[in-house]
Amino acid sequence: MNRFLRHVTVWRLIGFLCVLAGGYATLIRITQGLGGSTNLNDTFPWGLWVGFDVLCGVGLAAGGFTVSALVYVLGIEKYRPLARPAVLTAFIGYVLVVGGLLFDLGHPFRIWHPIIMWNPHSVMFEVAWCVTLYTIVLAAEASVLVFEKLQWRRSTRFAHRLTFPLTILAVLLSMLHQSSLGSLFLIVPGRLHELWYTPLLPLLFFISAVAVGLSMAILESNLSAKTFNRALESDLLRSVGRIAAAVMAIYLAVRLLDMTRTGALAALWPVSRASVFFLVEISAGFVIPMLLFAWPRVRQNTQWLYHAAQLAVLGFIINRLNVTVTGFEVVRGETYTPAWTEIAVSLMLVTIGVTAFYLAARYLPVFESDPGEEGEPAMSGP
Amino acid sequence: MYGLLFDASRCVGCEACLDACRAEFELPGTHGKKLSTTDYTVLEELDESYLRRMCMHCIEPSCASACPVGALHKTPEGPVVYEYEKCIGCRYCIVACPFGIPRYEWDSTTPRVQKCQLCSHRLVEGRPTACAEACEFDATVFGDRTELLAEAWKRIAEDPDTYAPRVYGAEEAGGTSVLIIGPPEIMNAFDVNIPRESLPQKTWVVLSQIPTAVGAAGAGMLAVNWIIRRRIALAKQRTESNGEGGAES
Repeated sequence: MNRFLRHVTVWRLIGFLCVLAGGYATLIRITQGLGGSTNLNDTFPWGLWVGFDVLCGVGLAAGGFTVSALVYVLGIEKYRPLARPAVLTAFIGYVLVVGGLLFDLGHPFRIWHPIIMWNPHSVMFEVAWCVTLYTIVLAAEASVLVFEKLQWRRSTRFAHRLTFPLTILAVLLSMLHQSSLGSLFLIVPGRLHELWYTPLLPLLFFISAVAVGLSMAILESNLSAKTFNRALESDLLRSVGRIAAAVMAIYLAVRLLDMTRTGALAALWPVSRASVFFLVEISAGFVIPMLLFAWPRVRQNTQWLYHAAQLAVLGFIINRLNVTVTGFEVVRGETYTPAWTEIAVSLMLVTIGVTAFYLAARYLPVFESDPGEEGEPAMSGP
Repeated sequence: MYGLLFDASRCVGCEACLDACRAEFELPGTHGKKLSTTDYTVLEELDESYLRRMCMHCIEPSCASACPVGALHKTPEGPVVYEYEKCIGCRYCIVACPFGIPRYEWDSTTPRVQKCQLCSHRLVEGRPTACAEACEFDATVFGDRTELLAEAWKRIAEDPDTYAPRVYGAEEAGGTSVLIIGPPEIMNAFDVNIPRESLPQKTWVVLSQIPTAVGAAGAGMLAVNWIIRRRIALAKQRTESNGEGGAES
């Protein structure tokens, strides 16, 4: 009993409770349908499961293609230690997105329909294909961890040779997928508030995904450094922070110039629910983290770097929820609050994700530096 | 292409159209005040006039363009119809509809999207919709859309004191198969946020760029990667020929 209790920590207890509640919520979803398990209705057909589980899940996985593009396409070798954890996060993220979709779809067993029933005019069709193909690509990218662990030398060599073409595919698919989630909303000009609706939604979704992907890379390294008592690649994280600041600056420039052009900035005044949510999103997700990342004093301090990344992720989540929920609420004058079951399922998925990352980081060579295409496979950890 | 003309100035609220719809589709219960999974059309009372709400059957339907599996499509006769067997339940059609029409069977574990089908089964046999057939006051008229549009303007021109000078559905969302005319109080009740242009175009301008974007980005990445590899190789050669050795990997 004592040996068991030693493994109980506050976070593990919380995680356990999340899975327990999520499991019960799953039962309600299966037996009572979406009506009994969510607060969705014909006015708000999409809620937390689309806005958080799917949109944020895909966005937070963006570190996978961003970091591997830096390493394998642009050849910036110093970021190599970050590539594996980022790809692993992306793979886990995408598996969870598929999991989230199974909850949200009215007919989860028909999830494969878009593969044979085509409608190329539908953004959702593009989304479906991107999820399918990129999950396969990520599985192939992550498979090298398993091959190395098992010391299957031929498979490992083969997987290493595939790294470059897979990275090219990953970047192309991510480019399409991240932007398509923004394109989904292009068809609702009258229903989404002008602070969020713009023809540039696909571009904005892509840029913000790159920024949050880099922030996630900083978060992961920090969390795993604490958990596994590794030394931190603080030089590396500092320069990742600098790139993130540049990307956020580009995002803000595009978004604010576009809002000036369309006249949407005028909607900020008088102060309303919409303008408050907009300001919280833009400051927490972009302005403050950009300033923090750009400030040398902050970058020198790993703790502050970590907090800046946390803020960026939080602001990103607010952005995606604003586009899916708040932007519709303020136009309709009605509100949607997720049911406890919706929250429980989302927390359960997050817990599964964190646990999967922890286990993979513990048992697979995630933090071993990738030896490159020619090198011998690295030996696995302790 | 067929359509319906609803003339609110002639509607007396007898609900014969609603009864006919219920009978045609064997809908359970009695009619409610708002569209639902068992009310494909309703009559809204406004200042002693009646407004029929139903699917507008857009000429270029957002819902059909949005559906990833093509479960919704517009038939040559005019109706926008739904095929349950294909539907995956993503509800993008409900998000996309500018008129807020489709209703979802939220409490079902095998949910359908429900809305007016413009009696597509009757139209292929050359028969009018059940609601138009039932109307004795010429308030719901079935016919060719172009002819109905002319009829609508004729009624407005003949009685400009009664009718608002506007045909709802002539331009809304790029034009719809269902057209509505009536007194100003009815015509002012419509959602002002409905855009005049066809909405599927807004996503298609992006979707149609995909092949170009993928080609350009793919070629760009390969080119950049080739240049970088070459420069690294050249730099390595140079350091080696300088006799310094220890090339970086």
